[in-house]
Amino acid sequence: MLPKWFNDWNKSNPTNIFGPAILVGAAGGAVFLAALLITWGQPYATESMQTGPRGTGMSVPEFNVDRLAADPTIAGYVAADDITDDMIAEVSDAALANVPPALEGMPEDEYARLLVAMRSWTGIPDLMEDPENYQTQVAYSMVEMVQNINEGWIGHVQYNAEVGVNCYTCHRGQAVPSDIWFRIAPVNEVAEGWAAVQNRVTVQSQFTSLPSDALEAYLLNYEQIAVHNLDSRVAENPSDPGVRTWQDTERTYSLMNYVSNSLGVNCVFCHNSRAFYDGAQVTPQWATESLGISMVLELNNDYLVPLRDTYPENRLGPVYADAPKAACKTCHKGYQQPLQGLNMVADWPSLTLVGGGFD
Amino acid sequence: MAEYQNIFTQVQVQGTPEWGMDDNGTMMAERGFAPRFNTLLGWFGNAQLGPIYLGWTGLISAATMILYLNIVGLNMLAQVGWSIPEFLRQGFWLALEPPSPEYGLSIPPLHDGGWYIIASFFLLVSVMTWWLRAYLLAQQHKMGKHVAWAFASAIWLFLVLGLFRPVLMGSWSEAVPYGIFPHLDWTTAFSIRYGNLYYNPFHCLSIVFLYGSVLLFAMHGATILAVTRFGGDRELEQIYDRGTATERAALFWRWTMGFNATMEGIHRWAWWFAVLTPITGGIGILLTGTVVDNWFIWAQEHNFAPMYDGSYGYEAYGTYDAFIGQEN
Repeated sequence: MLPKWFNDWNKSNPTNIFGPAILVGAAGGAVFLAALLITWGQPYATESMQTGPRGTGMSVPEFNVDRLAADPTIAGYVAADDITDDMIAEVSDAALANVPPALEGMPEDEYARLLVAMRSWTGIPDLMEDPENYQTQVAYSMVEMVQNINEGWIGHVQYNAEVGVNCYTCHRGQAVPSDIWFRIAPVNEVAEGWAAVQNRVTVQSQFTSLPSDALEAYLLNYEQIAVHNLDSRVAENPSDPGVRTWQDTERTYSLMNYVSNSLGVNCVFCHNSRAFYDGAQVTPQWATESLGISMVLELNNDYLVPLRDTYPENRLGPVYADAPKAACKTCHKGYQQPLQGLNMVADWPSLTLVGGGFD
Repeated sequence: MAEYQNIFTQVQVQGTPEWGMDDNGTMMAERGFAPRFNTLLGWFGNAQLGPIYLGWTGLISAATMILYLNIVGLNMLAQVGWSIPEFLRQGFWLALEPPSPEYGLSIPPLHDGGWYIIASFFLLVSVMTWWLRAYLLAQQHKMGKHVAWAFASAIWLFLVLGLFRPVLMGSWSEAVPYGIFPHLDWTTAFSIRYGNLYYNPFHCLSIVFLYGSVLLFAMHGATILAVTRFGGDRELEQIYDRGTATERAALFWRWTMGFNATMEGIHRWAWWFAVLTPITGGIGILLTGTVVDNWFIWAQEHNFAPMYDGSYGYEAYGTYDAFIGQEN
């Protein structure tokens, strides 16, 4: 293929070209990479939020691309100002007559504006149109729940600033909110007890091999989370009832893993990892989180589970036909504060008090 | 001159296989697998593969290990409804778990740890007969029993985890699950449950010996390779008849750090560091939950873990608004 003179010349001039080629290639590649890094910047730059005393390594790091990007669902939020008179005028009389019990006494124009917003927040265009519709029945309860969260759990939802919640905090424009959960344990066939509830890739275990019944145990059934002994030696036997075992620790770890994924944080956002249990070393966020766990227990047991018979079958859980339940991720969706701290209640005072605050 | 070195050997010795001694003409019967040569293996070590001598200990060990692995694997397969695709997909997640805590040291139902107990029994037999094999083979070769005793130190940790500590705790549920991720879950949960194992001084010692073993191995390997050109790789000759290789290696380390091990002593350093890793680790595990239930509190009681002085530096903590660049 090559001309004869070239092959002859090649044969009579044997040269090692691999050494120089590797050298030039490596050096050239290095220069190219350096030029890219200098001109375009470090693509994986991070920033850390300090959460503990200096020198303890307590911080929450995040990639800048994630940290500085706005939550995409913020753009879809309909605030009071976004609602025009035309939109209000389109609300039917039937819907206006159908005021949720929790908003009894609300002026009609205010209710009409709120209803337009709620239809946008939940993505249900005919919300409240038909009092017999299950969505209307569920909405009655949900309005009550939102009022209870904003009034009763103000310590959690307004810990840092006036933020609060409304329908959009969970729904984000969808009739069924994302990141709800159902009971699924036991997950293993032909196994019982401790062997049956774990070691499977499930959403409930956040795709780890940790137990899949942690949300059920701690966010529905009021099981105790603390697993440590508070003395260096305690005489007890793991097979005695009530004694905290490493199995309980693993289940707690499953819950904590879920919490950290839900908030986009790590262990040291709330704990000093050298002594997870020690109340004297936790961060201020630990208290907020504890309130959140109590809040979720109440929401599930007092509002969401009782709605089971209101839902049609296709809204119920795949294994036990149980009602959909909420947890951290249902609101937080991976952010330290849902919707990055957007104020959800400033425009809607009727959602901040149980009963709406109307006399 | 051809170079004969390990790890990417350029010259391989391949010829008539070496079968070992056969004093009385009957010993070949016990040696299985006709020896073969493998070029790939030759790049890393000896190119000859086999024969292998199992003996009665090796046969029992292999048979019980196969039983153990099959019990674990079939339990995993049953857990996913005998679905091979699910078994492959979730293989690293699946496990044969110890019994639930309520059974204590009694025999639990098969589906709640019973199979685990049976599998553990076979594993115990397998490991112990393999140890005996290492001992007997050394005896037959008129060797010291250093390999067997080193293996015994690992078996000590194995027995602490699966036998001694569960018995002292009064529950088989304390044993470690047989699974890839699940045994790691156990390790994490075990540390956290008992107040942070990093404050367990025997865990500290175990880490020292583990990292120390790594360091000694690297130092010794590097030293011998570095003096190979002076005959340093003939370590046994250098031990009883010290030559320039040993002199140079010793001088190198003495000038580097003021001290050098001897040509023989370095192997005792390495052996003890390696052996002490599971010995100290096993002591640490055995004390956990039996003698100490919260290592962090124990460490504070013994002035081993410092307390912060109270200046928590809250003013330096970040806010979420500032963190996401939205501070007003």
